[in-house]
Amino acid sequence: MQVPSEKARKQMTKMPETTQAAQETKRRQEVYQQLVAERKPKPPYLRHFLVAFVTGGAVCALGQFVLGIFIGRGLDINAASAPTLAIMILLGIVLTALGIYDEFAEFAGAGAAVPITGFANTIAASAMDFKHEGWVLGMGAKMFIIAGPVIVYGILSGVFAAFIKYITRL
Amino acid sequence: MASKKIGKATVKFTNPPIIAGIGTIVGPMEGRGPLARDFDVVLPDMAFGEKTAERSERKLLEQAAQIAIERSGIDKDMIDYYIAGDLLNQIISASFSARQLAIPFIGVYGACSTCAMGTAFGGMILDGGFADYVLVACSSHYQTAERQFRYPIELNIQHKATSQYTVTGAGALVLASSGNGPRVTWATTGRVIDLGVKDPYNLGAAMAPAACDTLLRHVADTGFSPDVYDLILTGDLGSLGSELFTELAKDAGCDVGSNHKDCGVMIFDTKTQRVGSGASGCACAAVVTFGHVLKEMERGNLKKILLIATGALLSPLTFQQGESIPGVGHAIVIEL
Repeated sequence: MQVPSEKARKQMTKMPETTQAAQETKRRQEVYQQLVAERKPKPPYLRHFLVAFVTGGAVCALGQFVLGIFIGRGLDINAASAPTLAIMILLGIVLTALGIYDEFAEFAGAGAAVPITGFANTIAASAMDFKHEGWVLGMGAKMFIIAGPVIVYGILSGVFAAFIKYITRL
Repeated sequence: MASKKIGKATVKFTNPPIIAGIGTIVGPMEGRGPLARDFDVVLPDMAFGEKTAERSERKLLEQAAQIAIERSGIDKDMIDYYIAGDLLNQIISASFSARQLAIPFIGVYGACSTCAMGTAFGGMILDGGFADYVLVACSSHYQTAERQFRYPIELNIQHKATSQYTVTGAGALVLASSGNGPRVTWATTGRVIDLGVKDPYNLGAAMAPAACDTLLRHVADTGFSPDVYDLILTGDLGSLGSELFTELAKDAGCDVGSNHKDCGVMIFDTKTQRVGSGASGCACAAVVTFGHVLKEMERGNLKKILLIATGALLSPLTFQQGESIPGVGHAIVIEL
C-alpha cells in the first residue's frame, strides 16, 4: 500500500472545506448570524453608563463616609482605610446573604460589580452556592471561582505596572 | 419494512398512544405567570422543603410523576417504562427520581426538548407493542440550571435582554396503549442543527433554525400545511427566537402565521416579570403543553396541535472552549 505524500495528505484534510456543501453551510451560517445581529435588541448603553455611574458613585460615597468616621475618631488616612474596606466587604457579604445584592446588581450593573462590595459578593455568592458540597472540596475550593481570576490578573497587572515604573525611573 | 415511518424523519402511530394522566408542578415565579391556574401544583417557594436545589428538583419530578400516575387511575406497578430527563450532569434528577419510583427506567437527554423527545419515544414503545403504559417526565429548576450552566445564584449579574429564565417545575404524562383521551398521532425526530450562534445568553437564536428544520421536515413528510393545526407550539425560543423562527419558516415557504406560539413566551408575563426573552428549561415546554395546552384541548378550544420542543445542546465546557451551540427540535402532534 502506498503511503500518501505530505502534500496529498494536506490536500485530503483540506477537502471538506472546499466542497460545495461546506461552502453552502458557511454561507447559511453567515446569513443567519447577520439576521440574528439585526434582530437582537440593542442594550441601552447610555442608560447603563448613567446608572452605573450614579450607583457606583453612591457606593463609593458611602465608603468615603465610613472612612470619614474613622478619620474623625482619630485614625490617619492610611490606618482608616483598612477598617473602611472591612466594613464595605461586610456590607457586601451581608447584602448577598440576604439576597439583596444580586437584585441591586440587576439594576446597577457595573455600579454594583466594580466596587469592593461587588468583589465581596462574588466570593460570598460562590461560597453560598457550593456549601452543600462540603467545607473543603465545596466551599473551600469553589469560593474563588469568580474572584480567583480577578486576583490572578490583578496581581499580574500590578507586577506589570511596577515593572514599567521601574524602567521609567532608570 | 418500516411501515410506520413516513418520509425522512416522521413516525405515524397506527395505534396512537393515549394520554391517560397528566401531572404538572411549578415554582412561585411560574405561579405568578398568566398560566398559573392550569398547573396542578404551584409551590410557594423554590426549596420545596429540601436542603439543596438539586434535591428540590428531584422532588418536583417525583411529585409530577405521582400526580400523573394518580390521575391515570392505574397502579404504579402496571407501568412498563419510565422515560425521563433533565438538564443536570448525568441527568441526576431523572435517575434519582427513578430510584424512588422503581419503574424500569430509560434516561434521555434532549435539553429542553426532552418532553417531546420522551413522548415520541414512549409512543414508539407503545405502538411497537413493547408496553401498555409508559410514564414520561422531565424537570428543570432555576437554581440548579444557573449553577450548572451559568453563575452562582446570588452573583452580581445584569441579565441581557436575550437571556432566558429557567422554569422551575416538572411535567409528567402517563401514556397508554388504549383508552380515552387526547392521542399522540405523529412524531418527527429532529436533526441537530448549528448555524454558528455562540452566545449562551441567546439560546433562542441558537435553537430557532433547528425548530424550523423540524417544522419543514414534518410538513414535507406528512404533507400537512401548517394551518391544519390549531396551534404550532415551539418549546422555549423566547420572543427573539420566535421572531427568527417564523421568519426562517416564512423564507422557506412555510408561513406559520398567527398559529404560532412559544411556551417560553406564554408561561411568564414578559412585560412585568423580569425574564429577558422568555422562559427556558425542560419544564417549560412540559408544563405549558401538558398543563395549559392539554387543558385548552379539554375545554374544546383546540383540537389538533403541533409541539416542537427545542433544546440547546451545549455544555459549559463547549462554550468555554469557544464552540458554537447546536440546537435540536423534536415534534409531536397531539389531537383529540
